[in-house]
Amino acid sequence: MRRSCDHDPAQGDRQTRRSQVSRHGGYLLAGLPKAGYARRWLHERLEAIRSEPVEAVHDRIATLLSIKGRRTITSFHRELGQIMWDYCGMERTADGLMKALQLVADLQVEFWRNVTVTGHNEQLNQALEHAGRVADFFELAQLMCIDALHREESCGCHFRAESQTEDDDALRDDDRYSYVAAWEFTGAGRAPVLHKEQLEYEYVQLQQRSYK
Amino acid sequence: MKITLRIWRQQHREDAGRMVTYHLDDISPDMSFLEMLDVLNEQLMLSGDDPVAFDSACREGICGACGLVINGIAHGPQAAIATCQLQMRSFRDGDVIDVEPWRAKPFPVLKDLVVDRSALDRIIQAGGYISAPTGSAPDAHATLVAKTAADRAFDAAVCIGCGACVAACPNGSAMLFAGAKVTHLGLLPQGQAERNARALAVIDQHNAEGFGACTQIGECTAACPKSIQLDVISRFDRDVLFALLHPDA
Repeated sequence: MRRSCDHDPAQGDRQTRRSQVSRHGGYLLAGLPKAGYARRWLHERLEAIRSEPVEAVHDRIATLLSIKGRRTITSFHRELGQIMWDYCGMERTADGLMKALQLVADLQVEFWRNVTVTGHNEQLNQALEHAGRVADFFELAQLMCIDALHREESCGCHFRAESQTEDDDALRDDDRYSYVAAWEFTGAGRAPVLHKEQLEYEYVQLQQRSYK
Repeated sequence: MKITLRIWRQQHREDAGRMVTYHLDDISPDMSFLEMLDVLNEQLMLSGDDPVAFDSACREGICGACGLVINGIAHGPQAAIATCQLQMRSFRDGDVIDVEPWRAKPFPVLKDLVVDRSALDRIIQAGGYISAPTGSAPDAHATLVAKTAADRAFDAAVCIGCGACVAACPNGSAMLFAGAKVTHLGLLPQGQAERNARALAVIDQHNAEGFGACTQIGECTAACPKSIQLDVISRFDRDVLFALLHPDA
């Protein structure tokens, strides 16, 4: 890279960029002279956002290690999986999903009161890793139930028992549910917000599929 | 089944470590070895003790994450399987089973049965790749590959990078692993451009990591869960020799 104190740095930058573009067969690489600026820019922003989430993670880890309850992480994981298998599986009903939401919420409360996580934070701790994942799974399980409850139709491989044809096949409801759903996380314990992307078909007609 | 386990416990890298004895009752012969360790860990956690740290991911013998030395044998007594595929029915009621981590200087113990295998990653970084144009994918048959070459390349490509070859080798050599990578890529037309450079880069990195030299003992291929054969090492040696003799090729 050409650099000296007696030539125009901007000119040097342009030459450097041009040579890099040609050298890499048309791929535009971030110019090296900009790296220092980018590093400072990134560092300032990282510092600004770092404190709050990092503290939240530290608090969460400290809480998990301090509960010292009487149930293992795996026992919670398995019970959560059983609830989802029973009530939010291939066939689901509104009543079952409502029940699952309550069961998951109760289990989540018990987890944060009665889980046992051994070891320390300052060393490799697979129990702590597992506990963090299961803690997240409670939120994910609740979201899956909320989403399943919201969609009052049978579609794809998920069968809402209330929504079936006279001969027991899956009954779609394209008038109400012809969209892709994305749920926005709004914080622990708060209701997620639904965002829809409408599915619009110009050439094909949506129609009932027969699985017989 | 009732079994007695003698497991290597080591708190951290600098800890001296020691074998600790545990007794387990009611072990089903249908459990996998890792499920048996899960049962042990449940009991340890319920009594407030630190569970035994060990690596695993897919538990179906394809990812290469697991790896224990069981009764002195890498991946245990059954041939051509990874630790996760080992069932408790391979043992007898009342058996005493020793469980240790991979032992090799380039694989420092992080905790209990978990070792740091990033030395293998650095060998891959040094030469376990090909250069290919990015952008749109070429047609599947744009580059012809002879059936024999494809088959032999695939035999080498089944390496899952578990490190059992290193743990089994009295020299602590990773030549079966490195040879498998060099053979896999060196047999295919896409791997020719960097074949010489790859052989030299891989052998240099292998030696720099502190892995020992190969003396053709063959413990590696006996322990390999994918039964990779010793000829990959011969092929690797030949590529290194050719690259040294033809630096401009």
